[in-house]
Amino acid sequence: MPDVALITGTSKGIGAALVKHFLTLNYTVIGCSRSASSISAPNYRHFILDVCDEEAVKKMFSTVRKDYGRLDVLINNAGIAAMNHAMLTPSDTVKNILNTNVLAGFICCREAAKLMKKNRFGRIVNFSTVAVPLNLEGEAVYAASKAAMESLTKILAREFAEFGITVNAIGPTPIETDLIKNVSPDKINKLIERQALKRLGTFDDVVNVIDFYIDKNSDFVSAQVVYLGGV
Amino acid sequence: MINKDILLSIIEKAFEELNALRDDAEKISFSTQAELYGPQSKLDSVDLVNLLLAIEEYIEDELDISFTITSEKALSLKNSPFRTVQTLCDYLQTELSN
Repeated sequence: MPDVALITGTSKGIGAALVKHFLTLNYTVIGCSRSASSISAPNYRHFILDVCDEEAVKKMFSTVRKDYGRLDVLINNAGIAAMNHAMLTPSDTVKNILNTNVLAGFICCREAAKLMKKNRFGRIVNFSTVAVPLNLEGEAVYAASKAAMESLTKILAREFAEFGITVNAIGPTPIETDLIKNVSPDKINKLIERQALKRLGTFDDVVNVIDFYIDKNSDFVSAQVVYLGGV
Repeated sequence: MINKDILLSIIEKAFEELNALRDDAEKISFSTQAELYGPQSKLDSVDLVNLLLAIEEYIEDELDISFTITSEKALSLKNSPFRTVQTLCDYLQTELSN
């Protein structure tokens, strides 16, 4: 039975790139997003759901348990951003961001750990952002939600350690995805200037860190946050 | 309302699952009065997590009910429903009938 990886937010961007990567590693890959997937492969199974819908998420994990009997890797990639001055940010936006980035992230970690503990092995990778250490203006709520994910990562790493599960996070720099399509080039350039390594990130940069985290030899690496770009 | 005998049998199966991983001297006897935590209990916190999650899974598989065993109500009750097998059984019966 091949290893099983579940990746959230796989309809496009980093999530879709990660599905393709894990398929090349011969994983059985489970993905989910609110829309259909453009990826069609024998070892890829897509669930159309909103990660904020706890019942739907629980049902997906239950299906993974019944059909595959295991889960080796969770990549908590689904996330939304809103870049706006705090004084112009409506509370509904705050709720949406916290629900998608924190609550849904937590539920996926919790359900994944229940499955992973059966084999006393699991690798959970959460997504943070360089907006947390850089305290980026205009990203107060997004950065706060990702700071919450960093705290969750570090504490869940301790709670899940007993079950052979590691929990780590990656904090990418801006990458050419839909998440930054509405950000002005000037703002992106200013952000890049604050990095030690002055360029946009790539999917391969993200994959490189994730490969390290999920490696079976990385069983002594947990509760870590790696930022790209030398931030 | 789900019969208590069915729920006790589910809890007993979860005990057996837990005992399968323990040495003979550490095995936990199943009874309605068995304490699930506290000084009289043989379960540590990880055992309790494993037990409750096994029960949650048996409820899903055998009763076809998607269920999260802990709830805000359960965690805030003055008298925890997770004290003994009997209190857990009573709690499950109430929660599953809602």
